[in-house]
Amino acid sequence: MAEKKATREAYGEALAEFGEKYDLVVLDADLSKSTKTDTFRKKFPDRFINVGIAEANMMSTAAGIATTGKTVFASSFAMFAAGRAFEQVRNSIAYPNLNVKIGATHAGISVGEDGASHQAIEDIALMRSIPNMVVINPADAYEARGAVEAAILHNGPVYLRFGRLAVPYVNDKDYKFELGKGVTLADGKDVTIIATGLMVGEALGAREVLEKEGISARIINIHTIKPIDKDIIIKAAKETGHIVTAEEHNIIGGLGSAVAEVLSENYPVKMSRVGIEDIFGKSGKPQCLLEEYGLTASNIVSRVKKLLGK
Amino acid sequence: MNNKELQIIAHKVRRHALTAVHSAGSGHPGGSLSISEILTLLYFEEMKNLDPKDPSAPNRDRFVLSKGHCSPALYGVLAERGFFSTDLICKFRQIDCCLQGHPSLKDVPGVDMSTGSLGQGICAANGMALSAKLDGKDYRVYSILGDGETQEGQVWEAAMFAAHYKLDNLCAILDFNGLQIDGDITEVMSPLPLDEKFRAFNWNVVLVDAHDFDSLREGFAKARACKGKPTILIAKSVKGKGVSYMENQAGWHGNAPNDEQYAQAIEEINAQIKALGGEI
Ligand SMILES: Cc1ncc(C[n+]2csc(CCOP(=O)(O)OP(=O)(O)O)c2C)c(N)n1
Ligand SMILES: [Mg+2]
Repeated sequence: MAEKKATREAYGEALAEFGEKYDLVVLDADLSKSTKTDTFRKKFPDRFINVGIAEANMMSTAAGIATTGKTVFASSFAMFAAGRAFEQVRNSIAYPNLNVKIGATHAGISVGEDGASHQAIEDIALMRSIPNMVVINPADAYEARGAVEAAILHNGPVYLRFGRLAVPYVNDKDYKFELGKGVTLADGKDVTIIATGLMVGEALGAREVLEKEGISARIINIHTIKPIDKDIIIKAAKETGHIVTAEEHNIIGGLGSAVAEVLSENYPVKMSRVGIEDIFGKSGKPQCLLEEYGLTASNIVSRVKKLLGK
Repeated sequence: MNNKELQIIAHKVRRHALTAVHSAGSGHPGGSLSISEILTLLYFEEMKNLDPKDPSAPNRDRFVLSKGHCSPALYGVLAERGFFSTDLICKFRQIDCCLQGHPSLKDVPGVDMSTGSLGQGICAANGMALSAKLDGKDYRVYSILGDGETQEGQVWEAAMFAAHYKLDNLCAILDFNGLQIDGDITEVMSPLPLDEKFRAFNWNVVLVDAHDFDSLREGFAKARACKGKPTILIAKSVKGKGVSYMENQAGWHGNAPNDEQYAQAIEEINAQIKALGGEI
């Protein structure tokens, strides 16, 4: 777990790598050094377009380019990609079902010091409520790379959620990304922790602590939040009886909600959602914020114990 | 206050901005240094009915930092004006401090609007100016925009609105420093010519020097005198002004200086204060 890498870093490298193989056009809105589309720009300057600070314009322009048969990546911070340009994404990209892949970086409160105005904790909810939209939230750099290629191969709009912070690897180097398929990282019988993004690492940490206390936890990584892997969730509910979700997002509308939707209609079991408790973030060091907002292994542990009545 | 005294304060604002960014290890020094004189003249001369003990006094003039990333300069001038202690500056962006990375209305005394998402502040300033008209009040509203910020379509929606409703109680100031994050504004996405665009939108346009108090003062006087139209001061500035290695460098848009660079920057600012006969 020593080595760490930000998923946005892997995103930029993946664009540069797959730019060789596929006909890509990459758009950015004056944030290319932060979103890492800069890595692609250096290699393919002719296929990189800076639209300036104009996210709404970027999304509808990307849609227009996509109508001519190209695969387009449009990047900004998650706040501006999913938030500022929501309606352009909905009506120009998703409604006509165009091949625009939204590379949204700096999602969640691990943005840190920039504060609440830049911490998107609603983007998964916004994007997953749009018909045709696929929503992917990779947990590590390997998964981010795989997600980029899967998004290219998928026909239609995809929202890719990346983080600013360097995060540990939870997958192996030869990891194969499968769109729409949850990944069981560890088996268990008393409870299942279903996590996404940087909370997958925390879930694995929680499992170790729980194990010492005699609680056996299954860990499932849901990278594709939409379409969600219903089978793996229902199976976990049947076999472990208790579900805890963990995400760096508002507990309203994100992974926890998506899992609750699946369970309540198919196999209701007791569950608990770890996430941001419907409050705005603030400025601070990413690690301090994650602790203050309960996005940690230790908070997952206490939620599991509470759910199991221990 | 004479220009010399104002200039000393402007340099102290620069020092606060640098201290804030250095101690946080992040933030935006370039565009903070380019607006120090503008903010100083606004808060120490131009804006009326300000009361640091009553930051939400209903008849006060209002200020909206539409380019909210330059909060280090805004916090610097608010601290100098007594809205909060200068001791807070070195806790900028820390988890237990009210000084948020971008201006926050509910957290910071003296901040009139939460900003940080570019393009929105100028619209909120319009709303304040319109509300004054509805209430028959004579407070004025000021707002600083970035030149890169004018690439946001929302800025032009605001430009149309302010002229349509004849918001002559609104004075926008455009920090014309020629740079944004990815480089020169004319290379990234040229918004030029800005003066002719605002004129075409029926604004009173005044060209000023962002680092010259007489020029700025004359601009604000022209704005007050102009009836039936909003005014914009297009203020030619130097991004990173006052710190030799930061001047006109896009790379200093959003990076914190290291200890050595910080020491040099403070030394340079202090030398400028001393040259004016000010105390450090
Ligand atoms: C809507 C939105 N998009 C992107 C950003 C990220 N951003 C922060 S500052 C900046 C560049 C601003 O350039 P300019 O307006 O010229 O500011 P200045 O040079 O005065 O610092 C960008 C793109 C943002 N804060 N808001
Ligand atoms: Mg600028």
